[in-house]
Amino acid sequence: MEADWIWGLGGGLLIGLAGAVFLLGNGRIMGASGILGGLLDGSGRSNAAERITFIGGVVLVPLLIAFSTGHAPETHVTNNAAVQIGAGLLVGIGTRIANGCTSGHGVCGISRLSLRGIAATGVFMLAGILTLAVLRQLMGVI
Amino acid sequence: MLRILLALCAGGLFGTGLMLSGMTDTAKVQGWLDIFGNWDPTLAFVMGGALIPMTVAWRLTAGRRPTAGGSFPAAPHKELDRRLILGSVLFGAGWGLAGLCPGPAMASLSYNGWQGLVFFAAMACGMMAAPWFSRHLDRAAANA
Repeated sequence: MEADWIWGLGGGLLIGLAGAVFLLGNGRIMGASGILGGLLDGSGRSNAAERITFIGGVVLVPLLIAFSTGHAPETHVTNNAAVQIGAGLLVGIGTRIANGCTSGHGVCGISRLSLRGIAATGVFMLAGILTLAVLRQLMGVI
Repeated sequence: MLRILLALCAGGLFGTGLMLSGMTDTAKVQGWLDIFGNWDPTLAFVMGGALIPMTVAWRLTAGRRPTAGGSFPAAPHKELDRRLILGSVLFGAGWGLAGLCPGPAMASLSYNGWQGLVFFAAMACGMMAAPWFSRHLDRAAANA
């Protein structure tokens, strides 16, 4: 448990490195919601191949690591299907309306001091904090 | 071909980083947001770690071109519009509710059980429906 922050920092460096490769190599901002959303709504048809391979890497490399080490990390995911559906819809609609999520607005936006990236990150963190405060601390339902 | 290879490389690094950092653990993500409960600071280290290479990368774009051709993204817009704020509120609520955002939802697809699949399917539906909401918000803003 004490080593959590070291894993966090190390994993974070890899995430930043991934964004650096995508930016300096392909000239694109590494935003998870934009890369996936553009495929799903058809707006990213012109560079679909690199979107699909990016997503392939995101999904398959953790699978390979879990398979070769024989253990997958704990996810503590909720068994409440209604929560999963509601949360998924909110995340899908919200990130595409706002044009970015934790990777695009958060990592890539803040690192270039983008006002929109900083504002979006502040707003979605506050909304998340409020959600936990009300639904967990006050009502005890999640 | 180079673009595809670099995209695969970036995707692999991204997935590995999300997995190792603990960001596919919904308890850690909700723990970060749960400031009135059992607060977990791990996400700050992940974000801090990720910002270091990205800050260097943005500096390196000056006077260069992307390795695989094309051009770098234009300077970011400055205006904070209704879509940015409202979208981020909806996203943050969903993020807090399940502890998953788009990157970790993809990285954990193979080991997050039926729950992760249900979240991902709902998120994909939301992403397909989003242009409709965006059009209405843009129209409302134009009429305001």
